[in-house]
Amino acid sequence: MTVQQDTDTTTTSRRLYRTMARIRQFEVAASKLMATGRLPGTLHVSIGQEAVAAGVCDVLRRDDHITTTHRGHGHCLAKGGEPKAMMAELLGRETGYCGGRSGSMHIADPAAGILGANAIVGAGIPIALGGAFAAARQGRGGVAVAFFGEGAVAQGVFHESLNLAALWKLPIVFVCENNQYVELTPVSVHLAAKHVADHAAPYGIPGARGDGNDVTAVRRAAAEAVGRAREGGGPSLLECLTYRWHGHFEGDPQRYRDAAEVAEWKAADPLKRLAATVSGDPSQAAGFTAIEDAARREMADAVAAAEADPVASAGSITAHVYRRPVPGGALA
Amino acid sequence: MSTVKYWQAVNTALHEELERDESVHLFGEDVGMPGGPFAATRGLRERFGEWRVRDTPISESTFTGMAVGAAMAGLRPIAEVMYFDFITLAMDQLVNQAAKMSYMSDGAFAVPLTVRTLCGGHRGSGPQHSQSLEGWLAAVPGLKVVWGGTPADAKGLLKAAVRDDDPVIVIESLSLWTRRGEVPDDPDHVVPIGAGLIRRPGDDVTLVCWGDTVPSALEAAEALAARGVGAEVLDLRTLSPVDEALILRSLDKTGRLVVVQDAQGPCSVGSEVIRLAATDGFASLRAPAAQVCPPFAPVPFAPDLERAYYPGPDDVVSAALGTIEGRDA
Repeated sequence: MTVQQDTDTTTTSRRLYRTMARIRQFEVAASKLMATGRLPGTLHVSIGQEAVAAGVCDVLRRDDHITTTHRGHGHCLAKGGEPKAMMAELLGRETGYCGGRSGSMHIADPAAGILGANAIVGAGIPIALGGAFAAARQGRGGVAVAFFGEGAVAQGVFHESLNLAALWKLPIVFVCENNQYVELTPVSVHLAAKHVADHAAPYGIPGARGDGNDVTAVRRAAAEAVGRAREGGGPSLLECLTYRWHGHFEGDPQRYRDAAEVAEWKAADPLKRLAATVSGDPSQAAGFTAIEDAARREMADAVAAAEADPVASAGSITAHVYRRPVPGGALA
Repeated sequence: MSTVKYWQAVNTALHEELERDESVHLFGEDVGMPGGPFAATRGLRERFGEWRVRDTPISESTFTGMAVGAAMAGLRPIAEVMYFDFITLAMDQLVNQAAKMSYMSDGAFAVPLTVRTLCGGHRGSGPQHSQSLEGWLAAVPGLKVVWGGTPADAKGLLKAAVRDDDPVIVIESLSLWTRRGEVPDDPDHVVPIGAGLIRRPGDDVTLVCWGDTVPSALEAAEALAARGVGAEVLDLRTLSPVDEALILRSLDKTGRLVVVQDAQGPCSVGSEVIRLAATDGFASLRAPAAQVCPPFAPVPFAPDLERAYYPGPDDVVSAALGTIEGRDA
């Protein structure tokens, strides 16, 4: 029994590490592409925040729904998004998830239950509510997770959505990835409450706040909240405290924080912290290194494949504006 | 055929669509237990249950967003935004989300969403419960916009919207709410989105109208007939996309255009119709087009002010005769 438990723990740790390593390597690759002028537009990476995406999505089924944010690559990868189609989208290729028409902030995949990343702060929260409503109606025990940053907590839709989800007992988990900076200002400029999780109590739903860089703790909290939602126990709010290593956007001069603070949080690297738990076991440690190498190769391959793909053609500009264009109307 | 009031036609359409397709769900403020603020949803909750027909908190942005997500996840939601003015609160979800989801996902997601909303003009409802904002929505690629001017069209367009795979905004008129009309009984009778209708044929001038202004355009046509002027009344019915071919055919016949609208003139559906006449229809025009519309001001409350604000049949007659004077000169 003990042996079995250990095996399970090992398997889970390896899986979580793999998810985090894939996110890290995807983001590093995207960041390099932008730094070298090969990636157009705007890019927001989640390096340092990988444990939240990995821990939460580890307890989700493929048919569960998520919505995410402008900083959403990690959640999409953890939920089953394909890195090559994602990278191709970032690079404006016609093979990208959105045919090159949307870019980094709009990865969406019905097959993986990704109801879209979103470039409007907070907008994904009510959309996830719709995923939860549909799940409740479809009766297969599905749940929805809304990922959002602490900045979205100041938006009306956050409060409206908690209220409605609580009233209707919808199967949804609100996951706040609190990276402590709302664009270019600290969270203290934005939120009157001391903690994001404090907003659960007024709506009568469970709220929890924890270390968002401890993937095992995130997974444990998510398992409890998701399990409750699946069993009809209604919504929960999770606040995961974390930190983004890079700026709000790639190229952000980051005048709002000092290097010492960044260094302190880099020391709390969620990947290193998980790796440290197996440092006494050389074979496991070697396994983690191999996982990281494989993730680096996977993302290099994704970049190479995407760069070799054709760029989106101007002929596609008006495609899919409507699912069913009106005969004789515009775009028919 | 049955003769029913406008609101009853809406109510029947909702009953029929909820009955026909289990994926249809309706939510909004007061739509459940009270049966709708104006009775459009009467009897639905009792028949279909709380999950199919549900009262929401006053949270237009959130319940519209929930409808977007539910549509993406396989349902066919109908969200009711009580007054047209309140749609401003749901604009992020309509403009940035619903309208763009198919496009942004390269066609992977469809958003089969219907949003019903009621225009409260002509009832003393005041500046924040009376507006005609159809031009805002018609300007957004990805949305379809319809507005029935008769009970039959209110029913047929709503049914078409529910069955459509794109987000459709269905505007309804409180000013027409208790008007009666003939309505087809066939539960599969739909009014195709994108098709305007010639409500009254005529050779001398085309009166383009929609929604609230359909009755006054018809009344004006009657008065014009008494003066020997044949007015063709063209009800747009769909405001995005407008039936350009029908407008151009009518102009080809009459050579004169009067647009009758309750929305303020600038950047409106009517100005878009005049744009069409000035471009593709230019060779047909025998006189400058006219736009009969309220002043560029909010809708006033006091009954006398509101009457003065909205264009009436007399204004339409004057404008039509104005386009014709040149012919006789």
